[in-house]
Amino acid sequence: MMNNQISLTVNGTKHTIDPIPGETLSTLLRQRLRLTGTKIGCEEAECGACTVLVDGEPIMSCVYPAARADGKNIVTIEGLAGEFTAKSAKNAKKNQLNLGDLSELRGSNALHPLQEAFVEHGAVQCGFCIPGQIMTAYALLKCNPNPNSDDIRFALKDTLCRCAGYPTIENAIIAAAESLRTGEPVRKPNVPDSIHEHKSVGHTHTRHDGVDKVIGTAIYTDDLVFDGMLYAKAKRAMIPHGFLTKLDISKAKALKGVVSVLTAEDIKGEKTHGLVIYDWPVLVGIGERVRYVGDAIAIVAAETQEIAEQASALIEAEFDLQPVITNPVQARQEGQPQLHPNGNLLKHIKVRKGDMEKGFAESDVILEHTFHTPTTDHAFIEPECSIGVPLPDGRMEIYVGSQIPYQDKTQVARAMGWPEERVRVVGQLMGGGFGGKEDIMGQIHVAMLADATQRPVKLLFDRHESLLVHPKRHATQIRVKIGAKKDGRLVAAETELYGDTGAYASLGEKVMTRATTHSAGPYDIPNVRADCYAMYTNNPPAGAFRGFGVTQSAFAVESMMDMLAEKLAIEPVELRRMNSLHVGSITNTGQELRESVGLTECIDRVDAEMRNYNPNPFVPRVVSALSGATRQGSVDEAQVATRPSTAGLDTSEKNTRSTRPSAQDGYLVRAWGFAAAYKNTGLGGGAPDISGADVELYEDGTFQVRSSSAEMGQGLVTVMRTIVAEEMSVSPSKVRVLVMDTDLTPNGGPTTASRQTFVTGNASRYAAKTLRDEITATMAEKYDVRPERIRFENGIVHVNGHSMSYADVYREMNALGKQPKVRYVYEAPKTQPLGTGGDMHFAFSFGVQAAEVEVNKLTGEVRVLKVISANDVGMAVNPLGLQGQIEGGVMMGLGNALTEEFIMDNGNVVTDHLARYRVPGIMLTPEITSIIVEHPISTGPYGAKGVGEICSIPTTPAITNAIYNAVGVRVDKLPVDQEMIARELWEREELK
Amino acid sequence: MNLWQNYIQPKNLSEAMDAFANAPRPLAPIAGGTDLLLDLEQGRHSPVQTLIDVTGISEMLKLEIRDDMLFVGAGIPVNRVVADPLTARHAQALVEAGSLIAGPQVRNVATLGGNVAHALPAADGTIALLTLDAQAEIASASDTRRIPFKELFLGPGKSSLKHGEELLVGFYLPLQKHNQASCFKRIMRPQGVALPILNCAVWLERNGNQVNDIRIAVGPGGGTPFRATETENALRGKTFNAESLNNALESLLAQAKFRTSPRRASADYRQHIVDGLFRDVLGTAWSRAGL
Repeated sequence: MMNNQISLTVNGTKHTIDPIPGETLSTLLRQRLRLTGTKIGCEEAECGACTVLVDGEPIMSCVYPAARADGKNIVTIEGLAGEFTAKSAKNAKKNQLNLGDLSELRGSNALHPLQEAFVEHGAVQCGFCIPGQIMTAYALLKCNPNPNSDDIRFALKDTLCRCAGYPTIENAIIAAAESLRTGEPVRKPNVPDSIHEHKSVGHTHTRHDGVDKVIGTAIYTDDLVFDGMLYAKAKRAMIPHGFLTKLDISKAKALKGVVSVLTAEDIKGEKTHGLVIYDWPVLVGIGERVRYVGDAIAIVAAETQEIAEQASALIEAEFDLQPVITNPVQARQEGQPQLHPNGNLLKHIKVRKGDMEKGFAESDVILEHTFHTPTTDHAFIEPECSIGVPLPDGRMEIYVGSQIPYQDKTQVARAMGWPEERVRVVGQLMGGGFGGKEDIMGQIHVAMLADATQRPVKLLFDRHESLLVHPKRHATQIRVKIGAKKDGRLVAAETELYGDTGAYASLGEKVMTRATTHSAGPYDIPNVRADCYAMYTNNPPAGAFRGFGVTQSAFAVESMMDMLAEKLAIEPVELRRMNSLHVGSITNTGQELRESVGLTECIDRVDAEMRNYNPNPFVPRVVSALSGATRQGSVDEAQVATRPSTAGLDTSEKNTRSTRPSAQDGYLVRAWGFAAAYKNTGLGGGAPDISGADVELYEDGTFQVRSSSAEMGQGLVTVMRTIVAEEMSVSPSKVRVLVMDTDLTPNGGPTTASRQTFVTGNASRYAAKTLRDEITATMAEKYDVRPERIRFENGIVHVNGHSMSYADVYREMNALGKQPKVRYVYEAPKTQPLGTGGDMHFAFSFGVQAAEVEVNKLTGEVRVLKVISANDVGMAVNPLGLQGQIEGGVMMGLGNALTEEFIMDNGNVVTDHLARYRVPGIMLTPEITSIIVEHPISTGPYGAKGVGEICSIPTTPAITNAIYNAVGVRVDKLPVDQEMIARELWEREELK
Repeated sequence: MNLWQNYIQPKNLSEAMDAFANAPRPLAPIAGGTDLLLDLEQGRHSPVQTLIDVTGISEMLKLEIRDDMLFVGAGIPVNRVVADPLTARHAQALVEAGSLIAGPQVRNVATLGGNVAHALPAADGTIALLTLDAQAEIASASDTRRIPFKELFLGPGKSSLKHGEELLVGFYLPLQKHNQASCFKRIMRPQGVALPILNCAVWLERNGNQVNDIRIAVGPGGGTPFRATETENALRGKTFNAESLNNALESLLAQAKFRTSPRRASADYRQHIVDGLFRDVLGTAWSRAGL
C-alpha cells in the first residue's frame, strides 16, 4: 500500500525513484529529471503551461502528485521532439539564437508536424506557453485527427497564451492535422509581404528561436541550475501602509538549511532603486515606511526552496499601521498622509494648446463625461526569476529575463556599492514582458545574497508573489469635455486625468505623460487643455504596460467621440475621418506632423472592410434564438449554455404579463463599434533615444548582430537578423543574433515605447551598412577597382568579375589586419520636452479597429465576434511577426475590455492568484482581420515604426462602442460589467 | 513546506479503511486533487500529514447498470463520466454539467466525487445530480450505506461525510425512460473566479403536452443545493404552456433565496436572469423528452 519507490516511464525511458513528500509531477520532471521543457506559469491549474500527457491524456502536472504517476506513461514536450533534443542543447550564457533554418530540419523527423506548424505559422512568440499548447494539441489530434475550430477551442480552453497567438495556434494545429492525415508537408501560412520591395525585409521569416521553443530546449531563467545554488525567498510586509517597528530574523537564521538572512542593514550601497526616481527601498528597514503589501523587509537564502519559504514564514515583524490611501483622487485631497518626502503628487502634467475659453465659446455642442479604468496586470505566463552568480574575480553575474539589462546592471551595482563593471547582466529568454519586466524585482536581492554567501542564488517568484509585487497598469479616472461645431469639426478638448501610480514612481510619470498628451485622441483640434495628476497611493506600483497610458485615455476619448457622433447625428466613422490627424496637422503638444500619417487610410480601410460584412454596421441587428443556436464558429461554451431554446415550447399564448425581455424576444443583438488611436514610437520628450548594435563577420562567412535590447517574444531578434541579412545580401540563416548580455552586447536601451524595431533596427542596419562599406573600401583598394564596381548579391561579393564568398572576404580582411566588425550607436532624431512645442516624438503609429459584438439582453453577456484592425506601421519588416503582434494586441485589448481587473481592497490585493485574475483564453478569440498600412517614415529602418502597442489600444473602445450601438448602454467603467448592462436594460424596460 | 508527508494509494475500500485507521493524522482523502492541493497550498485547508488517493479504489471506478439503477463511481475522472454512453443515455444533465467543469486538463483528473464532496451549493455536478434524484453510496469501516443525495450537504462547504472515516463511493441514478429527459445549463461572467453566477438543471417526464413529473435544481439558491420543490409542484400534472410556465417562474422567484456574491453577482441580478435560464433549460428538457 505504501510505496517505497515509484516507477514511471517518461518519454519511453523507465525511471524508478524514491518518492519525495509533497512532490508534484512537474517538480519531478523539471528538477529531478531535468526535463525543463514543461513550464510552470501559475502552479494553480489555471494556465496550462505545465501540461503533459499521462497515459495519453493531457493533465496539469503542477497539481498532479508525483506518486500518482507510479506505473504510468508520461510524455513531455521533449518526448515529442524525439532524438533532436540532444543535438540542440543550448548554451544559456551566450543566448545564441543560432539554430539552423527550419527547412534544414524538415523531413528529418526531428520535428513533429505540430512543432513545425507552430514555428511556420508564427504561433510561437515568447514560447513559454508553447509546450503546454503543443502537448494539449497533440492529445487532441490523437483522438481527433481532423478537428475543426470548435474542437480546438474546446481542447485548448484552459491553455493560456499571453502573447495571445490564438488565431495562429489554431491555424498551426489545423495545418499539422492536415499534414498528419495526408503525409504532405506542413502547409505554409498565407501572410502578405510588405508593399515596399526588398530582398529580406518585408518578407515572412520564421523565428530562429522557434525550434528551440517547440521542442522544449529553450532555456528560461528558472530552467538554469548552477552548482551549489541556493534558493531565495523575500519576506513581504503584507500590510499596505505603516512603519516597520520590529523585525526578528533569529528563528529563520536558526533553521537548518538556512544560509543567509539579510535585512536593510545589510545593504552596502544605495538603499533605494528605481527607473527614473530612486524611491523604491531595496528592503524596508526598522523605523522606515512600508508603502504597499509587496515591500520586502528581509531576504533568505537556503539550501532548498522549501526551507527558504519556511524560514521566511519564521521572520517576525511588527508595524505601526497607518491610514491607507486607496486611490489617486483621495491621495490629492487635503489632510491625507504623505507617502513620500515630496508628498503624494508624483507629477502634475499639463498640455496647453490654443484658447479653451474661445474654443468652448465657438462650440455648438459641448459634452462632458468621466471614465474609469482599473488596474490591470501583465500576467506574462513566466513569473519573474533572477539568479545571482558570484565569480572568483569578485564580479557578479545576474541571470534574468529583463526588458532593460543595462539599467539592471546600474541598479544592482548602485545597491551593492560597486562600480558598474563588477556586474554583468546575462539576459535570458523571456516568457513575456509587456512592460512588466522593466523594474527591479529580484535582481538586487540575489546579488546581495550571492555576495553574502559566495554561492549562486536563485529567486523565483510564484504567481502569487508576481501578482502582489510587480508594477501594474495605472488605474485612471479621466474626465473629457469636448466641444464641436454642428458639422462635426472638433473645436476644443479638455481632459483631466488622475493616475494611480501606487507606492513607487517606476515609470509612472512617463506613462501618465503619454496618457495625457494622447488624451484628446488622434485628432486635429485647435484648442486643447489637459491636466493629469499622477499620484502615489498604497496600492502596488504602476508602471509600463503595453499602451503606456494611452490604452486608458483612448478608452475615454474614443467613447466620447461616439457620444458626440450620436449627439450631432453624424456617423462615428465620418466624425473621426473629418477630424483625423494628417500630414501638416499640429498635435496637441505643438508638433507638426510632416510625414507618415496613415490614419485616414486606416479609417477608410477598416470602414470598407466592416461594411463588407454589414452596410449598416452601427444599427443593432437582432439575432433570432434559432439562428443563434445553429450558428457555427467561435462559441464560448458558457455562452452556448445560456442560449435559451424555445424549441418545443408552446408559444401560442403570448406572454403578456412579464415585463422582462423573454426567450421569445430577440434577445441576442449584434452591432459594430469603431475606434481610432495613435501612439508614439520611442521615448520622446527630449530623452536621448539611443541604441547600439555590433555586426561582425566570422571566419566561416556567417554574421552575428549584437545588442542588449530585449527579446521578450515580440520578435526583435528576427527583425535584427532580417535587417542584417538585407544589408549584407545573405540569407537570414547566415546571421546569428546575440541579445541582452551587458558584457557582450552594446547598450540597446530599454525595450519599451514600441521603440526597438526603430532604434535597434536602425542600429543594426547602419552597423551592417558600415561593415559593407568597409568591405567595399578594402576590396576596392586591394583589387584597385572603383567602389561602385563592387556588388553584394546572394551571399557573394562580386569584385570586378571576381566572386568571393564572405569566408573569402573574412580571410582577405584578416590578412590585411582589418577586423570585419562594426559597432554603430544610433541616435534617433532629437525630441523636445513637453511644453516646449517642438517635436515631442520622432514618429507616431496609427491604428483603427472595428469590433462586432453580440450582447445578450437577458444576461448582459458580451461576446466579441469579429475585430478588424488596421495599423500604420510605416513598413512591415517581418509580416509574420507583425501578425502575431497585432492579433495578440487585439486579444490583450479584449481582455482589458472584458475580463481583466486587478482588485485591491484597502491596499490588500484581492486578485492574488491567477484564478481570480482572468486573462482571455482561446474561447474568447474573435475572428481577427489585420490590415497593414505602410506610410513609411524616412528616419525609420526601411520606413518602419513601432507596432507593439498601437495594435492593442483601439480594441477596448471599439468593443464598448459596439455594445452601445447594440443595446444603448454606455460603458464608462472597465471592465465591462454584464450585470450593469442587464440592469440598465431591465430598468429601462420597467420605466416603459 | 511539503503539502504532505505520506501518500497512500489504496486499491480497494478495505485498504482505504485500513489507511484511515492506521495512517498518520491529520489525513485527507484526495481524488483529482485539483482543488484540494490548491486549498492546502493557499491555506484554505488545514495542513495534513497523509493523503489517501482514492482514484485507484476499484469500487469507486465502476460505471455500470446495477438493478435498474445507473452507478457512477465517485473516483472516475469527469472526462470519462461525460464520455460514457451510459451517462449520455441516462444522465444528460450530468454530461452537460461535467463538460463545463473547469477545463479539459483538469477534467481528466478531477472526479465527480470531489466536485460533490466539497459541498458547494452550486457546483455544476452537484446541481445535475440533485435533479437526477441521485443517491449517494457511502462507505465506512463498519458498513456501506446509501443516502439521498441531498443528505450529503449540511451547509456551504460542509459535507455530512465524516472526514477521515467515510468515503463517497459513488452515485446511483434512476434509469431514464423514453418520455423522460434532463438538461443542465449555466451563466458565467468572464472576470474573476470561474464559478457560475447561476446554474440550473431540470429533469422531467412528459406525456404529450402534460408534465407528468419534474425535478428542478438551481444554484446557488441557498446554503445547500436547492431543489425548487414549489416550482415542481406548480408544473407537475399541468399542461406545458405560457401560463404554467409563468406560474412556475413566480414560485421559483418566491422560493429561491438568491444572495449577493461580492464581485460576482447581486441577488437581484440573479433574480432577473433566472427567468431566461430556467425557460431555456426547461424548454430544452421538454423538447428532449418529446423526441
